[in-house]
Order: sequence, then C-alpha cells, then structure tokens
Amino acid sequence: MGAWILGLYVFVLSMMVGFELIRKVPPTLHTPLMSGANAISGITLVGALLVVGEGGGRWTVILGTAAVVFATINVVGGFLVTHRMLSMFRKQD
Amino acid sequence: MPPFAVEFVYVVSGFLFVLGLKRLSSPVTAPQGNAMAAGAMLLAVVATLLDQQIISYGTLAAGLVVGTVIGALLARLVKMTAMPQLVAVFNGFGGGASALVAAAELLREGGANPGAAEAGAAAIGILVGTVTFSGSAVAFGKLQDLLTQRPVTFPLQKLVSGLVFLALLAGAVMMILGEVGPEMLLAMGGLAFLLGILLVIPIGGADMPVVVSLLNSYSGLAASAAGFVLGNPLLILAGALVGAAGLILTQLMCRAMNRSLANVAFGAFGGGGTVAAGDEGERIVRRTGAEEVAMLLGYASRVIIVPGYGLAVAQAQHEVKKLTDLLRKRGVEVVFAIHPVAGRMPGHMNVLLAEADVSYELLLDLDDANGAMERTDVAVVVGANDVVNPEARKPDSAIAGMPIVDVDRAGNVVVIKRSLSPGFAGIDNPLFYLDHTLMFFSDAREAISDLAREVKEL
Repeated sequence: MGAWILGLYVFVLSMMVGFELIRKVPPTLHTPLMSGANAISGITLVGALLVVGEGGGRWTVILGTAAVVFATINVVGGFLVTHRMLSMFRKQD
Repeated sequence: MPPFAVEFVYVVSGFLFVLGLKRLSSPVTAPQGNAMAAGAMLLAVVATLLDQQIISYGTLAAGLVVGTVIGALLARLVKMTAMPQLVAVFNGFGGGASALVAAAELLREGGANPGAAEAGAAAIGILVGTVTFSGSAVAFGKLQDLLTQRPVTFPLQKLVSGLVFLALLAGAVMMILGEVGPEMLLAMGGLAFLLGILLVIPIGGADMPVVVSLLNSYSGLAASAAGFVLGNPLLILAGALVGAAGLILTQLMCRAMNRSLANVAFGAFGGGGTVAAGDEGERIVRRTGAEEVAMLLGYASRVIIVPGYGLAVAQAQHEVKKLTDLLRKRGVEVVFAIHPVAGRMPGHMNVLLAEADVSYELLLDLDDANGAMERTDVAVVVGANDVVNPEARKPDSAIAGMPIVDVDRAGNVVVIKRSLSPGFAGIDNPLFYLDHTLMFFSDAREAISDLAREVKEL
C-alpha cells in the first residue's frame, strides 16, 4: 500500500470527523469557529518549516520562506483574534 | 529529536486539533477549544523545529518573527465590524502558503524526481491555494469597500473562466506526466491567480457570507494537498477538518438564502437588479418618531429586535444594548432575532452583539424567533431589509423561498431605516406598507439613542 493511499484514508476520515463536529455548532459561534478553523488551516506552517529547513536550492528557500511568513500570519493572527472574540461572549448576569 | 518522536508529537497534535474543534462547538467550552488548537499548533511547530532534518534556522526564525508580528497586530487592531475582511485576509495567506509549500517542494534541487501522485497533489495544492489567495484578496476588496459591492460581469465571463479552468487541468496533467519545472509552476500559479479573481468578482456583496465560508474550506483543502506533497499526515488531517468545517458553513449559508451554491457562484445576484415596482397603486407609509416608538416599546410586554448589517455599519450595537437594558428594567422582555445571513459572514451579528455585552442567551435563531413572533407586541427591525421581506413567500419573487424573520406576524412592526431604498437583493419590500408597520426614517445609531432617551423619560 502506497503512502498516498494512507494519506487518503486520513483525509477521508478527517473530513467525516470535521462534518460530525461542526454540524452541531450553534450559529452564535459560527464566526469564532470559522476564524479558529482558519487558524488550524495554518498547519501548512509545519510544511513550510520542513521545506525551508531542509534547504535545497534558491527557489525552494525563497518560496518556502514566503510560505513561513504567510502561514505564521494565518496561525498567530487567527488564534489571537478567535480568542479576542470568544472572550466577549458571556452569559446573562 | 529523533524522527519517531517528531511523528509521535504530530499524532498528539492531531488529536488536540480534533478535541479543540469539538470544544469550539459550545460557548462555554469554546475558549478552551481555541487554546487547545493553538497549543496543538505550537507543539507541532516546536517538534518540527527540533527535527534533525532541519539544517538552516536563520531564515526560519526571521520568517516566524515577521509573521508573528504582522498576525498579532492584525488580530489586535481589527474592529469587530471588519472581522469578515480579516478572516478573508487570513484565509488568503493560509491558501497562499499552501500553494507556495507545494511549489517549493517540487522545485527542491538535487531531490528525486517527484512521482505522479506527488506532482498531482502539488498541482491541486497550487491550484486551490492560489485561487484561495487571489479570491480572498478580491473578497477583502469588496468587504472593505475598495471594490464595488455589485457583481462585476462582462460578456463571455463564464466561458473565459471555463477556459482558464481547462488550461489548469491540462497543466495538472502535464505536471503528473513529469513536467514540473519553474516555468510550469509559474504558469499554473498565474492561471490559478486569474481564476480566483474571475470566480469572486461576479459575486455580489450580500453573498459574501457564502464566499468567505467557501474560501475557508479551500484554505483547508489546500493545506491537505500540501500534506500529500510532503507525505505529512498532520497537514492532511488538519486541512481536511477545516475543509469540512468550511463546506458545512457554506451549505448553511446557501440554505439560509434558499439558493444553490451554483446560483451564488454564477448567478451574479444582487445590487444590479432594478426595483420591481408593485402595481398596487398609491401605497401609504406610516411615519413615526422616537417618542411614539418609545411609548410602544415601554408599555409592551415582549419585544423582538431584528438587527441587520445596517446596525453594524452605524456602530449602533452599544446603543442597542443600552436600550435593551432600559426596557428590561421596566419588565419588558427583549430578545434578538438573528438571521443566518444578517452580517457579512456566518455568525457575524452574534459577535457584534457580544462585543456590546449582549448575552448570547438573548439571541434567538430564525426558528425560535418565528415561533415567538405571534406572542410579540413589537418587532423592531434595525438596518435589515431582505431578511424580513415577505416577498420571499411568493413563488415568483427573486428571493422566493428564502427563510425570513416573520416580523409581519408581530403585533406592531417598527422599521428603522434611512429611506425606502431596497436592500442588496434590489427588490421592493411590501413590509414597509403594511397597516401595522411604522417607518422610523433615521440613522440606526441616532434612532436607537433617541429611543433610549425617550424610554428613560417614560
């Protein structure tokens, strides 16, 4: 079995987990959910770090470094702004 | 750190992403959920940095610092009304990063030639990631009012988009067959950039909740594709979670407008249409002012407020909170009816009201609000239009079948609005001419603060 088939298993099952988890989210949380999920998609930062870290040619380093910057903005900004939003939600006193 | 340890940390990180996302589904546990997901990300990043394969740290550190500063500043400075733009920007950066990762890996010098699967995944990563990047840029422009809110269309637009897409497919096939030089990747990126623009410019401002949700999904799918290129299951997992989340929200938003995704994408709906004037002859509007409405509200037992984007634009959420408190002190039950597409992204209105300290327990969704409407004395519509338009119940209307807040079934309706002009959908609203509708022509913020003052004097 090839590595990409294993990857496909991970992909399909994770999509199903995602569908199940998100279906029950109340509308009140849709915006924080989206910005939080958005921050998670910044996981591509790990890929960018690996690509640049292993070196290998000018193009790889230039594109990879740009990817590190982009993904870091996504990750740091995404989690912080989600935190900011969620800290505003409160119950009736 | 030995490779197996890094892999193991990735597994823990994936587990925490799932758990964090689960916790994000309730207001009580959501802050924890976000913290967990952030912790998972930190774990994964630190483990990656300790990976033995990594040989150059200089550029990495620089990139991380620059990104952190920009991201933190954006997150801290943005106004809550501008949240949809910011999420669009973050989506764009995420998608762009995934496209760059896919391209950078293929261009690695001295590496083995990529196999067909890797090249195919890279083609998808570059395509989806770049479309997310340029599409988000256009969405940002529209949301920030740098570009027109109206759908931008030109002759043969669909044909041009179709041809660009076919060219991208052809390029993907060539990549799979082994054509993976810099020129090829640049051509793919350029075409995908063009496609992202072509896909978003024909979509009107009112449909932005759908666009933002869909781009969110794309940014996740692009990360997954990058994961396939690198053979990294953590990227595949986290990307797929986000892809699924975005798709569900897209579906919810489409359902809230009773339109298919294809209709949103290619319908060029909203803003452009002419106002369909009714043939009902002379129609009478009952005008009102703060004093009369304050009496109505102050002596009501149950009031429903229907906030729309106009409320957010006028920054009136704090005034609304003040009015709500005054009314509740008088024993009036005040709740809010939130239409799913009330803001510019899913759940936007809820965030704006939360910012003004309105408890989330007072925010009713569409079904609950409509269930309570018959027992409601006054429905106050603030800066909303299409979401309360009874035309939606007529089968031949442009917004036919769109679920609406049935404010016309309340005892009295007060509409706070600048003028009789139609909403994004560009159609007239018969609600304004009903016998039990009072029109309060004013800026939302001014009107609400006048109301609060009058209620205080009752």
